[in-house]
Amino acid sequence: MSGGGADAAMREYAANLPVPEIDGTSWTVPVPLGDATVAIVTTAALHEVGDERYGPADTGYRVLARETRDLVMGHWSPNFDRAGFAADLDVVYPIDRLEELAARGVIGAVAPHHVAFAGNQDDTVTKVRLDSGPRAARILRDDGVDIVLLTPV
Amino acid sequence: MCVLAHVFEAAGIATVALVSVLPVAEKMHPPRALYCEFPLGRPLGRPGDADFQHDVARRAFALLDAPEGPVLETHPEVIELDDAAPLSCALPPRFDPSVPEAVDEARALRDAYERTRTATGRTSVGRVADADGVSDLVAAFVRIADGVDWTQAGLPGDPVSAAHDVRAYYEEASLALVDGPPDPGAAEAWFYEVSAAGRVVLAARRAMQAAQAPFPLWFYMARATRQ
Repeated sequence: MSGGGADAAMREYAANLPVPEIDGTSWTVPVPLGDATVAIVTTAALHEVGDERYGPADTGYRVLARETRDLVMGHWSPNFDRAGFAADLDVVYPIDRLEELAARGVIGAVAPHHVAFAGNQDDTVTKVRLDSGPRAARILRDDGVDIVLLTPV
Repeated sequence: MCVLAHVFEAAGIATVALVSVLPVAEKMHPPRALYCEFPLGRPLGRPGDADFQHDVARRAFALLDAPEGPVLETHPEVIELDDAAPLSCALPPRFDPSVPEAVDEARALRDAYERTRTATGRTSVGRVADADGVSDLVAAFVRIADGVDWTQAGLPGDPVSAAHDVRAYYEEASLALVDGPPDPGAAEAWFYEVSAAGRVVLAARRAMQAAQAPFPLWFYMARATRQ
């Protein structure tokens, strides 16, 4: 069987996974975009060369320096297109697009650090909600980040 | 993704999320989300198209103007991965008949791989072997396909990671053999359906399944819909 229809199958699979109940919607009033320091948080399991690789069920995160471009795709899932990322980092991690927006004054600044997760979570998502997520948020908050752009794979 | 939006928002950082599975966003109501029906693996839509990527970013950041949430918008363009045709990408001629076809092929693609690596400055090969070791991984998969137990075939690591390295090597090499970024799924189709190495990986996977190897070790060697 070909890979055709594969995205539809994966979307259907993901749509039917149980998800945790989250009461209400968390809400932070954003600072004006033109004044904001912006970071990317991706679940594409990117990491820097030499950084710890992701395990198959890794719920941790890796910090990506603003200037790093030789990033590695460390995702364990074979169920998505990889060639787009191989050709153009920004189709997954739009760091150059952010730099261009900062140069134009559309955003205030590009954050010095960005964060990658691997999209894994335990059934109750407790580890991401109570451990790795808040720790990563603290790193970005300490950098003065106001707005995060979240990108999946 | 949606969980992280809540976590960062609760920490005082406003978020805008690109989401690829609409029902999950509808259930988990992240504060601000832009649903993009683009191929999985390409959340900004089009590699090599900065204007399109800026359009996606602009629509996402525009959600910050909403006075309250959750707000869930949809990008107007749909980019489908639907029975992608394999890349029209030349494979090297047979050079060393003393080794299996797939091994010969992997060796011959080394220069193309290197050209891509030089051009992009990065690679995702290296989970269990670097580019010089990819032909040895292919040789191990040939042995598995031929009936050798996977634990005795000479893989330097788990078969999922080895299969990742072979696929990444081929897909990165293919970029040097075509003009522009490949259509969604085209490089993958070329690897599994056209290249000898891709067919060997699938054959090894089938052999491991038949030999009742642990499910995660063979199933995740290739996309779930590949046989």
